[in-house]
Amino acid sequence: MKVIEISNLTKFYGKNRGIEDVSLSVEEGEIFGFVGPNGAGKSTTIRLMLSLIYPTSGQALIFGKDCIKFGHEIRNDIGYLPSEVFYYDRMKVKDLLKYSASFYKGNHTKRIKELADIMELDLNRKIDELSYGNKKKVGIVQGLLHQPKLIMMDEPTSGLDPLMQHKFFDLILEENKKGATVFFSSHILGEVQKLCSRVAIIKEGNIIKTEKIKSLLNDTYKKVFIRTGKNAGDATKFPGVSNLEIIDGEIRFLYKGDINDLIGLISKNKINDVNIEEPTLEEIFMHYYQ
Amino acid sequence: MNIYTREVKNKLKSALLWSVSIFLLILMFMSFYPSISKDASMLVLVMENYPEEMLKAFGMIGVDLGTVAGYFTMSMLFTQICLAIQASNYGFSILSVEERELTADFLLTKPVKRSKIFFSKLLSAITALVITNASVWGSTFLWIEAFRNGKEYDPALFVKLLSVLILFQLFFLGVGMVISVSVKKIRSVLSFSMALAFGLYIISTIGSIIGENTLGYITPFKYFEPNTLIINGKYDPVMIYICVVVIIVSMLSSFILYSRRNIHSAS
Repeated sequence: MKVIEISNLTKFYGKNRGIEDVSLSVEEGEIFGFVGPNGAGKSTTIRLMLSLIYPTSGQALIFGKDCIKFGHEIRNDIGYLPSEVFYYDRMKVKDLLKYSASFYKGNHTKRIKELADIMELDLNRKIDELSYGNKKKVGIVQGLLHQPKLIMMDEPTSGLDPLMQHKFFDLILEENKKGATVFFSSHILGEVQKLCSRVAIIKEGNIIKTEKIKSLLNDTYKKVFIRTGKNAGDATKFPGVSNLEIIDGEIRFLYKGDINDLIGLISKNKINDVNIEEPTLEEIFMHYYQ
Repeated sequence: MNIYTREVKNKLKSALLWSVSIFLLILMFMSFYPSISKDASMLVLVMENYPEEMLKAFGMIGVDLGTVAGYFTMSMLFTQICLAIQASNYGFSILSVEERELTADFLLTKPVKRSKIFFSKLLSAITALVITNASVWGSTFLWIEAFRNGKEYDPALFVKLLSVLILFQLFFLGVGMVISVSVKKIRSVLSFSMALAFGLYIISTIGSIIGENTLGYITPFKYFEPNTLIINGKYDPVMIYICVVVIIVSMLSSFILYSRRNIHSAS
């Protein structure tokens, strides 16, 4: 089943572009990454799905239902973790979470306690006394306390220390194992690589690629370093080689093609050292961003 | 229900503060009444020396300040200004506060319809206004009884005077709401509500001074001017009608605009 199905979604703010003609779908149980530079339209897409804003054209179906017409129903099963968290300052953490839970059926007191323990959040503090990171934790507990079927996160980790980020990711993975689908917007690619199975890249309001992370990493260039005493004359003519640099007997190039052909070529020569590296996701995305 | 409860809790302090202020305001005015009513004839002479425009501006033409009702019109005017500021405060803030304090992302991503949020907030504001309204009723009769000094007054007239106050409050609430959802952002609620309350009061005053009646049709200070009631025994039905229409239209359009509103992100 498709949990999210967006078709030709477009949003203009007056004359300014929000997103244009965005289509994508997310399957149940997926952890879907949504990446792009600032201002590309990540938040706009998420806010459209939550019907915080209304589309200029196109539509988004969540759990197979129109996100505007059935917005209030759909939101029963969505947990939203915004990038910036702001809550009613005068409330205590406990009271805010209770208020948050009061919108959902059932009793969530136990789950609030569990989540707060995991995230090391003090429930008795007043919200305006909390640090940014601690407010963020309130946001996480608030977004997960009703065991949502779809977790939407808009750059959720900023402000969390590495230890907390780790705990948070474990939490998300656990929810995912229990069946939750995750829609994860970020520009920290390390996070995306660690967590997501599939990713959509958005740039200037348009989706430029939707791909499995694995195939993104596989179908791409390898970075090759070879150290040899000799001249590397014939390497230049080898198919699939680009960006060749030869400095003091060290050969560097990017290679795209069958890795066996490359190994074959290397084995015919006497070399001192070889290093074949995968580019980081970062390098791949830079390629798309530019 | 949860939204309503939270909103009422939020406004309770302000509603009580306004109630106490009005209670003290009416006490202050009425405590002067015994000495003024004693020398009522003197007062009339003094008043004759004031320029007519000034008397008109304060709505003191055609009423006898020696009577309980005549004197009370003065405290009524100040009470009305308080009620106008309070109601416009709520009007400008209830729908805009979540966007200003950036809590809209919290509330509007919960499984509730916007209509439910709208009506919960509207109802909570009305609740707070009714609390203050009740204080006006209580304070009026309490302090009149305490200070009327044996002078007679017609309770039925005061019931008429006070029973329209809720319309007066709803006018400012509705107009505040519709403005708040028509503009992009309300940065400071207080400056908006002061401008609305005093603006309409000044328009009413100018209308009285220059004797221009049509100006009165746009301001509830004129619709519910106490001395109109005292002189004619009733308010102008056309004005009451306009007031009701403004309340209905403003609230209805606030509802429609709020339902369609784009809630922008903080950053």
